Amino acid sequence: MTDPVIDVRGVTRRYGEGPPALHDVSLTVRPGECVAVLGPSGSGKSTLLNLLAALDRPDAGTVTVAGTRLERLGEAASARFRRAHVGLVFQFFNLLDDLTVLDNVLLPAQLAGAPARASRAHAASLLDSLGMARHAQAYPGRLSGGERQRVAVARALINRPALLLADEPTGALDTASGEDVRRLLDELHRSGQTIVLVTHDLRLAEASAGRTIRLRDGRVEVRR
Amino acid sequence: MSGLGRVVRSGVRRRRVQTVVVGLVTAAAVTATVLGGGLLVASQAPFDDAFAAQRGAHLTVRADSGAVTEPQLAASASAPGVVAAAGPYRVLVVAFTERGGMRTPPLTVVARADPGGPVDRIELAGGRWPAGPDEIVLSGGAVRVPPGSRLATPGGAEFTVVGTARSVSDTAGAWVLPSAVGVLDGPDTADGYQMLYRFTDARTPTEVGTGRDAVVATLPAGAVTGARSWLDVRQQAVEDAAVFVPFLVAFALLGIVMALLVVGTVVAGTVGVATRRIGILKALGCTPAGVVRAFVAQTLLPAAVGAVAGTVTGNLLALPVLAETEEIYGSANTTIAWWVTVLATGGVLAVVTLTAWAAALRAGRLRTVDAIAVGRASGPARGRWASRLAARLPVARPVGLGLARPFARPARTVAILLAVATGAAAMTFATGLAASLLRIQTALTQDVADVTVTGDPDAGPVADPAAVLAAIDAQPGTRARYGRTQAPGTVAGIADPVSVTTITGDAAWDGFEMVSGRWFAAPGEAVVGGPLLTATGARIGDTVTVRIEGTPVRLRIVGEVFESVMTVFTGTATPTGRNPSEYRVALAPDTEAGAYARALTGALAGRGLTARPSGTETDPLLLVVEGLTATLTLLLLAVAALGVLNMLVLDLRDRVHDLGVHKALGMTPAQTIAMVVASVAGVGLVGGLLGVPAGVAMHRLVVPTMAASGGLHLPEALLDVYGPFLLTALALGGPLTALLGALLPAGWAARTRTATALRSE
Repeated sequence: MTDPVIDVRGVTRRYGEGPPALHDVSLTVRPGECVAVLGPSGSGKSTLLNLLAALDRPDAGTVTVAGTRLERLGEAASARFRRAHVGLVFQFFNLLDDLTVLDNVLLPAQLAGAPARASRAHAASLLDSLGMARHAQAYPGRLSGGERQRVAVARALINRPALLLADEPTGALDTASGEDVRRLLDELHRSGQTIVLVTHDLRLAEASAGRTIRLRDGRVEVRR
Repeated sequence: MSGLGRVVRSGVRRRRVQTVVVGLVTAAAVTATVLGGGLLVASQAPFDDAFAAQRGAHLTVRADSGAVTEPQLAASASAPGVVAAAGPYRVLVVAFTERGGMRTPPLTVVARADPGGPVDRIELAGGRWPAGPDEIVLSGGAVRVPPGSRLATPGGAEFTVVGTARSVSDTAGAWVLPSAVGVLDGPDTADGYQMLYRFTDARTPTEVGTGRDAVVATLPAGAVTGARSWLDVRQQAVEDAAVFVPFLVAFALLGIVMALLVVGTVVAGTVGVATRRIGILKALGCTPAGVVRAFVAQTLLPAAVGAVAGTVTGNLLALPVLAETEEIYGSANTTIAWWVTVLATGGVLAVVTLTAWAAALRAGRLRTVDAIAVGRASGPARGRWASRLAARLPVARPVGLGLARPFARPARTVAILLAVATGAAAMTFATGLAASLLRIQTALTQDVADVTVTGDPDAGPVADPAAVLAAIDAQPGTRARYGRTQAPGTVAGIADPVSVTTITGDAAWDGFEMVSGRWFAAPGEAVVGGPLLTATGARIGDTVTVRIEGTPVRLRIVGEVFESVMTVFTGTATPTGRNPSEYRVALAPDTEAGAYARALTGALAGRGLTARPSGTETDPLLLVVEGLTATLTLLLLAVAALGVLNMLVLDLRDRVHDLGVHKALGMTPAQTIAMVVASVAGVGLVGGLLGVPAGVAMHRLVVPTMAASGGLHLPEALLDVYGPFLLTALALGGPLTALLGALLPAGWAARTRTATALRSE
């Protein structure tokens, strides 16, 4: 049996004096799985995503992603881990306005010091496969929400990550664009990409995820 | 506390970097302004202060001892308009000989029982007043001979120097007790009486002239051989001080302009980034006027604290400089005038207030909905071409991202550019000024020799010059040498004595700088200092008659040498009948001066000559000026770095979310620092490249003006101080300043937590 891509054990994360944002959460995700994390606002979804992306560290428990123990990593090691193993897709796209679509997609590869020629070819291929090749030299400000999210997905995939983390990927999109992104994530899942989705969108969870986890007040309430 | 008060307090606390920067920059601005302005005023006033404190003489009269009696002179104190008088004092003009054979210029020696009195109170700068007939006190400005030294008169009598004193009226070069007159009097001394007067009215030449006529009318015809107005003395003193005035003006103005520039940008930027906060305040019901008041107060709080600190620092920094002017002029004031401090502090705070008010007014007038939207909507599409270009540069991506950044915020870039360029200009100017001042001092003292050989008058007659020069030439390590002697002389049409230096051998290497013409080469040729040309109206090519110790010598002027006093340099071939009293030697590289001097003294044994390593004495005022230059330069560089720091902090705060995105995509802390540093490195380099020529231009303008105001014509060699290596180093000072300012923000950006940055708006 292959090693899990994600292995979270007994993780607790607390901010200040209040109740923990996450309390004793454990989770395992196998390669090729697509897991949706559901829950109301304040349930701990984004905290879990931050821990998986090495953007934050747990107060207790262990987080292992792609064989790397994340709770021990410093800032520089976390950055290197992210660009090697994780692709991030955000609700509000987080594209850099002053870079073209192509330059946005290329940025993680350039930060990782990947060979320029190969990176450009891979970026062009990704944009082509996502139907965005004609916008390669455009700036994000000119694109629709759905198109921006496609660019964000291409950027997340440029370094061929073991794990794609998507935080409310349809949250800022209209219905048609949301459907567009749902189809895209489904295709990625079918191609074998491991995905963790954090979402309010039940339709997205049902359409894309093979498994769902529901969080409430920082605890895992339901697993399916 | 009112709601607005809480807003101000929380704003001051929350924006800690801006609060600190506004405080520091205001402190630096006030320091520079107080220092510059205070010294400007002090450089104008020391003579007047000292004249009032010492009850200087409005008129100094010299009388012929053969034509007037002491009682007649004493009776002149009751002439109309005279409110106080001192004298008559016996006065003699004597050229002393120091141990070692060097002769002083002719000194006006006044016989006074004590330094006090109703007019011209002599101020002792060191040592004590003479207690016996063989003791003498020298004027600090006449010759520099340390206390304890012995001076011999032409008649062979010896005097011990027991102190240094100063007369603001410049009434004497030295003072002795009346009982010493008989000792001083000899074959080569001229004598007479001195009377000093203060008048009821003496503010104008006409008023002084009226007083002089009244005094002269009480004395026998022909008794007065000379009368000097205090206005002439004042003019001379102010001219001396004026050498440094243009320097102070340039630096004070530079400091003030730069400080105000940075204060302006810091304040405008601080208020500018608070636009969204202003929008929220307005949405909650705060009026535009209330918003303006809140933000002006928020800026003025740290500025006021900084102003107080700057006032104290400026006054403290001025102390050593003012102490030096007090040393030179005998000024009573050693502190900056209070009104200068008030004006400087008030002026800087007014600029802070005005800038904050203008920036806050703009923000206050924004539509509330637009103000709230600031930072949420995409920014204007500026500098995208630069981003595209940078993406294709063969540099690491973070560096490329940084290099493109200045084009996205051109206004901030211009502010950084101005701060760096001004800092680079200040550094360039200060470096050039220090180098020029040092060269000017070297050229004026004409002493770059490593070893000096002097004769001991007690050891017998001075040796044959040719034999001495041959002995020096034979000594291993000799690179160049010459012999020289100095004698007082006179030139027809000039009342003051002229110093005549006779040179044996080639002396051109010893710090002499030619303003025009050439060095003398044949018998009867001479080079002269600019003041002599000015005084006589002579030009290069003219022939003048110089009386050297009574012997008339006709000399053709072939060049002007850089000099601050009336001097003639000529060769031994010119018939003056004097052998060199000292020899100066330049050593070959790697020759140790002490060992060389010992060996040469041995080689010259029996000739009555001693070789000593030369010691170069630096003018204390020059040291102060250089210290002041360094202080102001560091201050301006610190202000420039603070300006860069502030702009970067503002910029990073604006795009902290983008920073989070970069980090989320895998940008390491080191790459983040590289990006931030690169964002100012290019601007810093451009600032350096702009600032250096500006500094050179300022140097070319100010230094000759300084010299001209002191009556000096500067040779090109004294201005040509910037070599390619120095210019390159100075240009690199721009990026260095930018780097200094960028280090803190870059570290802050690197440490920012990615998740926090991503959440920020």
